[in-house]
Amino acid sequence: MRDNNISSRKLKNAVFHGIVLGATGFGIVALILLLMQVFRTGLMWLDWDFILSMPSRFPEKAGILSALAGSIWTIGLTILFSLPLGIGTAIYLEEYSNKKSWYNKLLQLNISNLAGVPSIVYGMLGLALFVRFLNFERSILSGALTLTLLIMPVIIVASQEAIKSVPNTLRQGSLALGVTKWQTITGVVLPYALPGILTGSILAISRAMGEAAPLIMVGAAGYVAFLPSGPMDSFTVLPIQIFNWTSRPQAEFQNIASAGIIVLMILLLSANAVAIILRNKYQNRMD
Amino acid sequence: MDIKMKIENLNFFYGELQALKDINIEIESKKITALIGPSGCGKSTFITSLNRMSDLIEGTKVEGKITLDGEDIHNSEVDVIELRKQVGMLFQKPNPFPKSIYDNVIYGPKRYGGKRKVELDEVVEKSLRGAALWDEVKDKLHQSALMLSGGQQQRLCIARCLAAQPEVLLMDEPTSALDPLSTLKIEELFDELKKNYTIIIVTHSMQQAARISDNTAFFLNGELIEFGKTTSLYMKPVNSLTEEYITGRFG
Repeated sequence: MRDNNISSRKLKNAVFHGIVLGATGFGIVALILLLMQVFRTGLMWLDWDFILSMPSRFPEKAGILSALAGSIWTIGLTILFSLPLGIGTAIYLEEYSNKKSWYNKLLQLNISNLAGVPSIVYGMLGLALFVRFLNFERSILSGALTLTLLIMPVIIVASQEAIKSVPNTLRQGSLALGVTKWQTITGVVLPYALPGILTGSILAISRAMGEAAPLIMVGAAGYVAFLPSGPMDSFTVLPIQIFNWTSRPQAEFQNIASAGIIVLMILLLSANAVAIILRNKYQNRMD
Repeated sequence: MDIKMKIENLNFFYGELQALKDINIEIESKKITALIGPSGCGKSTFITSLNRMSDLIEGTKVEGKITLDGEDIHNSEVDVIELRKQVGMLFQKPNPFPKSIYDNVIYGPKRYGGKRKVELDEVVEKSLRGAALWDEVKDKLHQSALMLSGGQQQRLCIARCLAAQPEVLLMDEPTSALDPLSTLKIEELFDELKKNYTIIIVTHSMQQAARISDNTAFFLNGELIEFGKTTSLYMKPVNSLTEEYITGRFG
């Protein structure tokens, strides 16, 4: 017998296609509007002077150099801390720990939950732990360690998923050759998992780059007129500088904020581009 | 008769389940021993216990004695890493690493340490020749191993084992995922390999066992039903179960 429902099934097919297209379109339209607004107001303020000047009370003299340097310092240190810690934890949980034991299940549950904790809470923790208790003061180091705590759960979970996806036959093949477990991890598991680990890390680091709230908690300043020379210096970062400008009454500062947003986006995109190039390099090697 | 491995009263448990019951076999040196039997009869479990890959499965227990050249492989002085170098293993599905052909072959030797680049190059050529793959891949050693056909991949895995300079090769249905032509190539290779290595092969195909092996062991439900020269086991099996299995009445 012929299928009588064919026209209604085709209609459903078309409707669903429309819905998912609309869902994608919503995001794209919002993004385009945002970018248009930012570029319209900010582009004319964006020049080398803006990038190479310190912040100022006068909008025409104000620049973003100290915030840019602060962001690069903070993110650099955050990457340095969070990648080894996060990937190391993921390796332990996936390759070494006994997954059936109750404390590991509890640990796993906690890590997944920590990924959803509001960033301001990490800021409070950072203030108590790094600024006060460990006496790192209101420094880049305190900020980077706080951001490390913030993004570690994301890196751990993403890395675990990537490590889980490594076929067991490869591990067995390696172990059966009489190489050690650690050599199996570095020789087969990590190279195979690397694209996935990098994808998760890119997302996490991008998030850290855009964070303002936890860094305000650990005392990043709103106005810094010098360049940080080491991890113990006080600092500001791009999102805080942008926030600071937008909260001023003068219209010029709003425009400068837009220019700052463009700089932040360029920084984000270039950091992501590096990570994506790295990822593709390893992915190609896999295929 | 030169005995390479001797298995005495081997019992193997997955938790409560007993997968092998009181197995006694002597593996002849530089001969091919085939293990046949229906699925789930314990033949794969048996060979994974010979290089202690079974250690990796949680909740398993081994009783009895397995010796390699007279030395108990469960002896605390035996290093399992060293054991697995001596007793290489080939898996059911070819499992080349997602690396170049060259890097696959030197995967082991590079990690055992102490080899210079020139020596590694030699290892690669020798191992690939040993696995009858050299002529097909010598011009593309640095291409990905995943570009090779299934049969070539399996021979690459053999080369990878040979590079570790093993004495015994364990093979768990090495041709079951391959087409007949690739299977033939690997079977032809066995004659060459057994000049230098002791081979233990699990196979689903009784014809394959008959073609290639010197000795055959028939497993059923975790027990060793019959073990002997392949020709005599096939021509006049002692046990009626063996006869029923090889004549295709069950399995």
